[in-house]
Amino acid sequence: MADPMRIRAQQKGDVTEVRVLMAHIMETGQRKDSAGNIVPAHHIQTVTATWNGKPVLSANFGPAVSQNPVMNFTFKGGAKGEKVIVTWTDNKGDTRTDEAVIS
Amino acid sequence: MNIKRRQTIKAGSSLALVAAAISAGVLPTSAFADWNKAAFEAKNMADVLKALGGASAEKSADIVITAPDIAENGAVVPVAVASKIAGTQSISILVEKNPSSLAAEFDILPGTEPNVGTRVKMGQSSNVHAVVKAGGKYYVATKEIKVTLGGCGG
Repeated sequence: MADPMRIRAQQKGDVTEVRVLMAHIMETGQRKDSAGNIVPAHHIQTVTATWNGKPVLSANFGPAVSQNPVMNFTFKGGAKGEKVIVTWTDNKGDTRTDEAVIS
Repeated sequence: MNIKRRQTIKAGSSLALVAAAISAGVLPTSAFADWNKAAFEAKNMADVLKALGGASAEKSADIVITAPDIAENGAVVPVAVASKIAGTQSISILVEKNPSSLAAEFDILPGTEPNVGTRVKMGQSSNVHAVVKAGGKYYVATKEIKVTLGGCGG
């Protein structure tokens, strides 16, 4: 399993701002190693976020998203102490789920 | 210069977070749309639009792209897109001159604000398009970003 994500969820008025930092190499499949072999693509494909069990965002990433992807978004609602859960899945079937408490 | 050598950020050492994630153990991914392979392999904007299910995109001034005019490092170009179009369903970020144009696609669900940000790689200076789907129609806004150091491949 990959390294944990850093998730920050902050309540601002009637919206909640979420920032996620995922730890992933995001290999494009374009790059060659020193022997001239293509380094196979390895990147996050889908990211989903739920709040109180309700989906708030789903994103699809291509290999052109930077290494250790950052994502930020806001949703209406959310109260201090409630949980935001973020899950990503990469093209090798690896997946990781982390959660954060809204502050 | 090999930017990929950058050490993986020592993300979150919080053990509590890890334990909580394991105990939660729920993967709600199946409820969401599958990764659109055709769209992510498309080479230009017209093909991406086709793969996403649209034919053409209308230019719109209601889409705001927040990104630097000049990016020093093409491997990490922060791009944020905000849409003021009512009923925005999805926001896609396209980099015109990358090997595959589509970088990321965000599905905006009800209750979520049409305002997302991420960081993308850019192989060279290029136009960056933000495509917004709203009410079955597609809208696009474009911003040119100059890159002084490419971020795709070696």
